[in-house]
Amino acid sequence: MTSWPAITCTVVALVGGATMARAEAGGDPDRGAEMFRQCAGCHQVGSGAKNAIGPQLNGIFDRSAARAEGFAYSDGLVRAATNGLAWDFDSLDAYIENPRALVSQTRMNFRGLPNQQDRDDLLAFLRIYSASPSDIPESAPTAQAVDHEVAPEILAIVGDPTYGEYLSGECTSCHQTSGAANGIPSITNWPAEYFVTAMHAYKDDVRTHPVMQMMAKRLSNEEVAALAAYFEDVE
Amino acid sequence: MTLNRRAFVGSAVAATGVLAAPMVMGASHGRAKVVVVGGGAGGATVARYLAKDSNGEIDVTLIEPTRQYYTCFFSNLYLGGFRTIESLGHSYGGLAAQYGINVVHDWAIGVDRDAKTVSTAGGYMLPYDRLILSPGIDFVEGAVAGWDVAAQNKMPHAYKAGSQSELLKAQIEAMPQGGTYAMVAPPNPFRCPPGPYERVSMVAHLLKQINPTAKILIADPKEAFSKQGLFEEGWNTHYAGMIERIGPDFGGANVEVDPEAMTLSIDGDVNNVDVCNVIPAMKAGRIADIAGITEGNWAPVNAADLSSKMDANIHVLGDACAQGDMPKSGFSANSQAKVCANAVRGVLTGSTVFPARFANTCWSLIDTNDGVKVGATYEATDEKIAKVDGFISETGESAQVRQATFEESVGWYDGIAADMFG
Ligand SMILES: Cc1cc2nc3c(=O)[nH]c(=O)nc-3n(C[C@H](O)[C@H](O)[C@H](O)COP(=O)(O)OP(=O)(O)OC[C@H]3O[C@@H](n4cnc5c(N)ncnc54)[C@H](O)[C@@H]3O)c2cc1C
Repeated sequence: MTSWPAITCTVVALVGGATMARAEAGGDPDRGAEMFRQCAGCHQVGSGAKNAIGPQLNGIFDRSAARAEGFAYSDGLVRAATNGLAWDFDSLDAYIENPRALVSQTRMNFRGLPNQQDRDDLLAFLRIYSASPSDIPESAPTAQAVDHEVAPEILAIVGDPTYGEYLSGECTSCHQTSGAANGIPSITNWPAEYFVTAMHAYKDDVRTHPVMQMMAKRLSNEEVAALAAYFEDVE
Repeated sequence: MTLNRRAFVGSAVAATGVLAAPMVMGASHGRAKVVVVGGGAGGATVARYLAKDSNGEIDVTLIEPTRQYYTCFFSNLYLGGFRTIESLGHSYGGLAAQYGINVVHDWAIGVDRDAKTVSTAGGYMLPYDRLILSPGIDFVEGAVAGWDVAAQNKMPHAYKAGSQSELLKAQIEAMPQGGTYAMVAPPNPFRCPPGPYERVSMVAHLLKQINPTAKILIADPKEAFSKQGLFEEGWNTHYAGMIERIGPDFGGANVEVDPEAMTLSIDGDVNNVDVCNVIPAMKAGRIADIAGITEGNWAPVNAADLSSKMDANIHVLGDACAQGDMPKSGFSANSQAKVCANAVRGVLTGSTVFPARFANTCWSLIDTNDGVKVGATYEATDEKIAKVDGFISETGESAQVRQATFEESVGWYDGIAADMFG
């Protein structure tokens, strides 16, 4: 856990005025910014972006795969990078269409975007945060938090993993303790802060999944912390 | 009672061999004994959690006649062609090998509540400190005029999965073009409230491909049913003109079947049908009755630990119990099992007992990538398991949302299977 950067829980995304560069593939970056909300649970991009559940995505274009500094990639992605996978429009397009089709062992738990226009738009948005065009936005006034801020006193609660283990029974009717994921994401071995942040995003209706909102809403702050403590170190 | 238990100490005998007198299995090396009857959603989960969390302090025996448990959940998807029957089967090897559970493939046929023993059809006698029953359902005799269990090969219920599911599917596939699949739907309360209607959707999906002029006729004794708006919306979209449901106002509660003639009479109107899927009224699995802990059709339990209201040493999980607001579902049984395991472990080993909390979500598939769901959370009150909060899919949702819901249900299946069987 100590190797994880301090959490800001803020995903910075450009709002408005992003239309300056229609990307090569003809995508709409404004719409792409909307699409990115699906990614924002795991990825940050823009000024101050940090590695979270997934790597930060600044400068992703034209670099080799698995290169965000300080991010522990899956063996699958590291292997793909060793075999020459580099990110450009075509490879990112294929990856976003179906991550596991391109890198079967990836931990990226995303269904994929089947629609070409959606992918074009998302990539046009991400393209803004890579060098050339050199218009990486300045920060504050144009930036907006799209995921969630959790009060420091909530993040500071030290959870009881024994209680968390009992409470985890409510999670394991769907989420697998082994970390296997297929249609339902893995929740094991997340840094506690990210777990807590995600649960509070459901509690506060920022994240919209109805089952998760229902489950999260009746967990007290202590119970969320207990679950985070248990799942962080499970197995 | 204590005397009785002591009498068993050290009298273990081998599990094989046939003796005329009942045999006593498993030596009591001072370890607390839990016997679980039924290795389904409730029973497999409670056995696994007890064994897993008690670090060997509890001796867990699971009695289950079948070697392969076929989940009812997703058995409708098998009818629709979305799953194979093999993908629904689970064996008990992991529970025995990984968790040290003593799995006995046998029927429980008697419970001596004073002696605290369970007897089995194979002639064993198993002592317990706590007995947990999760036997699922049986059918109320005489519930549908003209039908009894002997007729289940002609008119299958397919409400216990496995060979019944395969039989029903084969019958549907063999229907003549333009023929009729009929369903006699059950009255409340019953296992899996959306189950019959998900089944209608899946049968319609299959027929649309192989027999597009076929008809589906439902005789239903209930005014309304689970996720009705969602199902009816889906039926209109995907299967327009194929499905007719006759509710109680038009005689849907007044039915009679003739398995020889293959007829279904609704309010005196005789319909010739090609398949007749009779889902009769249900009650707790028979062993609950035999144990003498039922009241009416079900076994009433206390919400906090699923203990029987009639015997504090017996707990009842899943479909068989009358607990309050939770629907009879695999998800509910699994949820109740974890609360029960925590409470029983507390009593027997002194571990911390945390307050009960329950949840349920039921997904249903209407057509390819058209999934819907309903769910709720529950708490234990003095009186019952009471609903706290809930949600349901909305009509008119986007195709993307519906597809995501379906994909999530596939993940749930793997999740609950892992939670039950390890
Ligand atoms: C068509 C259909 C679709 C469904 N879909 C869903 C769904 O999508 N989601 C969901 O959550 N639920 C679903 N359900 C409901 C779910 O299957 C049940 O609610 C669940 O299985 C109940 O668990 P249980 O432990 O009470 O009983 P069961 O799972 O039925 O287990 C009972 C076990 O006890 C054994 N047994 C019975 N008597 C004895 C005895 N005397 N001695 C020893 N063993 C005995 C039986 O062999 C059986 O294995 C569906 C049901 C049906 C019929």
